[in-house]
Amino acid sequence: MIRLERVIKIYTDGTEAVREVSLEVGKGELCVLLGPSGCGKTTTMKMINRLISATSGKIYIDGMDNTSIDENELRRNIGYAIQDLGLFPHMTVGDNIGTVPALKGWPKAKRRKRAKELLELLRMDPDGFIDKYPRELSGGQRQRVGVARALGGDPPILLMDEPFGAIDPITRVGLQNEFLKIQQELHKTVIFVTHDIYEAIKMGDRIALMKGGRLVQYAPPADLLYRPKDEFVAGFVGADRGLKGLQLIRTKEVMWRSPPTAKPEEEVKAGRERMERQGIDWLAVIDDEGRFTGWVVSSNLERGQKVKEIMSTSAIVATRNAVLSEALSLMLTSGLNVLAIVDRHNRLEGVLTFQAIQEALREAAEEVTV
Amino acid sequence: MRHQVILATLLTLLIGATVWVTSLGKVGIYSTFTYGDLLYSSWAHFKMVFIAVVIATAIGVPLGILVTRSGLEKLALPVIGGASVGQTVPSLAVIAIMAPLLGFGLQSAIVALVIYGLLPILRNSYTSIKTIDPAIIEAAKGMGLNRVQIARKIELPLARPVIMAGIRISTVITVGTAELAVLVGGAGLGKITLTGVFAREALIILQGAAPTAAMAIALGFLLEQVERWMTPRGLKQA
Amino acid sequence: MLAGWIVDHLWISLVAIGIGAILGVTTGIFIAGKGRERTAEVVLYFAEIMMTVPSLALFGLLMLLLSRMGLSAIGFLPAVITLIAYGQLPILRNTCTAIRHVDPAIIEAGRGMGMNERQLLFKIKLPLALPVIMAGLRNAMVLIIGIAAIAALIGAGGLGVPIFRGLRNARMDLIIIGGVSVSVLALLVDGLMALLERWITPKGLKG
Ligand SMILES: Nc1ncnc2c1ncn2[C@@H]1O[C@H](COP(=O)(O)OP(=O)(O)O)[C@@H](O)[C@H]1O
Ligand SMILES: [Mg+2]
Repeated sequence: MIRLERVIKIYTDGTEAVREVSLEVGKGELCVLLGPSGCGKTTTMKMINRLISATSGKIYIDGMDNTSIDENELRRNIGYAIQDLGLFPHMTVGDNIGTVPALKGWPKAKRRKRAKELLELLRMDPDGFIDKYPRELSGGQRQRVGVARALGGDPPILLMDEPFGAIDPITRVGLQNEFLKIQQELHKTVIFVTHDIYEAIKMGDRIALMKGGRLVQYAPPADLLYRPKDEFVAGFVGADRGLKGLQLIRTKEVMWRSPPTAKPEEEVKAGRERMERQGIDWLAVIDDEGRFTGWVVSSNLERGQKVKEIMSTSAIVATRNAVLSEALSLMLTSGLNVLAIVDRHNRLEGVLTFQAIQEALREAAEEVTV
Repeated sequence: MRHQVILATLLTLLIGATVWVTSLGKVGIYSTFTYGDLLYSSWAHFKMVFIAVVIATAIGVPLGILVTRSGLEKLALPVIGGASVGQTVPSLAVIAIMAPLLGFGLQSAIVALVIYGLLPILRNSYTSIKTIDPAIIEAAKGMGLNRVQIARKIELPLARPVIMAGIRISTVITVGTAELAVLVGGAGLGKITLTGVFAREALIILQGAAPTAAMAIALGFLLEQVERWMTPRGLKQA
Repeated sequence: MLAGWIVDHLWISLVAIGIGAILGVTTGIFIAGKGRERTAEVVLYFAEIMMTVPSLALFGLLMLLLSRMGLSAIGFLPAVITLIAYGQLPILRNTCTAIRHVDPAIIEAGRGMGMNERQLLFKIKLPLALPVIMAGLRNAMVLIIGIAAIAALIGAGGLGVPIFRGLRNARMDLIIIGGVSVSVLALLVDGLMALLERWITPKGLKG
């Protein structure tokens, strides 16, 4: 889909920003360009849509040399999202998202429909937001609009330069998860620039690790973690590869799917038996609609007759798509060694136990090293 | 550097033109003014401008700073806003109105020039203090500087170049406006220019106008040097 | 009579601002272009020096020039030319800096989505610069109305006529009529253009 062949960029001031990078990204793949600041990630990316012209080397898009395509035509078919966003402040959210469709000459009604679809896709209320202006949005909402705008013309390729860079860590994790979900549906070919190794491991099908304008290793995240090619890669990946490996696994892969539960009106006695039978010291409490409301833990069993009297309510939950590192950090905040996994309506889908995390990690490490 | 070249060229042209017209002696049916007339008028012009700017500074700087002080902020809007509105009034109107108010004479001319030259000084003095980063003041307070020390060591050095710019702008405007001050009894180069205007003799207009322009440009340049010299090192652009 | 002076005054000012706006905004856009930083600096510097030259001096120079060219050295023509010249600095400066100061991330986003230079100018840069350009025009208009009063000296008519007549004949009533009218006119036009400025500001930019 995208192929870079010995691409070199030397800026007019003599800076050798990119030195002979060759790289191939398959259709529907998400390729992360990773590396320390100044290593040439942005430059590499911008040569693909020709915001920067390569000094030498070739870049092929779908087998076509990208310099043989009119640059504006090229860019209209490559979605582009940047850290600084560059939302047009004088245009509404709808018009921002409709920029490329407008350039492509779509009629107004179709553009509006497209904008609404994309807002929906990014979990923003279409009717509430389409006529708002960027300055009326929060930071996270702006980032979503930035991504929606990049998807505006339904381009097969997306270039994203630290698209979630300028927001708080919690919002960022949410956006990463949503983007991954969208990507599962849309299967765009994505080049994603970041300097954050955690983000890279979580998002990338493959990671291209760069250093000083050169490509050091181009491999799936697990390889990068467990089979670093050289000292630099090992150093960049860091000693805590176990922890980083948690980014590679999602809760749905290791959670307990039909865990033992209790209802608030139930007798504590029945609950105790269930716990003993399973050899666990907790029960998830759900209401009649199956919504998670809290926990019963064994140390509190003597304190009342009914479950509702001894349960402790809790709002700390994760979704099935959360990666284990996020789940683990939530688990640590809750002070328990279990975490409830819920769907969009807060219905319990399963629980994640601390042992499950440990086992998953052990398996992952063994799998790669054998 | 390029600016200095442009300035020098302009000044040479203006002074050259003045000398040339003066050396003609006669234009049409009119005699040109003599070098003596020119020197005398230039000096009178400069004196009038100088007095007006000094008075405007003496009023504008304290007033502009005063309305930034806590407790007096309520006055800022009427004072600065009123002055801005005043600036919208054409200079000719301000000068002409002095005749019915104060009669004809030098005092009318100077009062008009002071009023008209006040706004840039007032506004710059006000903004010079207002635009100082509050974090800087906060830090100074945190280090135990008292109000007087903050004013002397922090606010004034940071404000000085901006205030100076206000004085420069005011001076340049006043040199031009002073040409019209002749209409209500002022002295200066306006006399020569207006003689030319009423005689419809462009060369005589030039004889008064060219030295005025030269004076405005030269004073503007000089005051800009003072401004630069007053700017704390750390604030200067490379 | 007063009505006549007002009409003359407005007419000459409007002609000057009209031509001045076209000239200043196009030049401003031109010198804001990439690689023209030095041109911009020189043009703006000239416009700035222009402003330090007293208006009477400019009238004089133009009289000289126009009469050499065999054109009418007094009246409407030299007056309008002077007024246009005086209005240039605020228009040029505001246009140029407003376009220059559009957030580079916004421009890059536009370019990255496939806008060509013309689309960038008309869809992004100009709309974003519009309020500032408008402020420049307003500034220029106030200047022009003020200097137009002086233009009466070279036979251009307008509200300067009663002022100068009053000054020459010590007719205080004429001075007051002229002085007050021209002031009110300037304030009114300033206020109207302030409204226009707010009205023309894109909704997403209003604070
Ligand atoms: N326009 C430019 N002119 C000269 N050097 C540049 C330019 N843009 C980037 N560089 C340099 O090229 C190198 C790579 O930059 P960049 O691709 O932005 O890195 P990254 O995105 O990985 O942080 C850096 O050393 C940077 O300073
Ligand atoms: Mg970068």
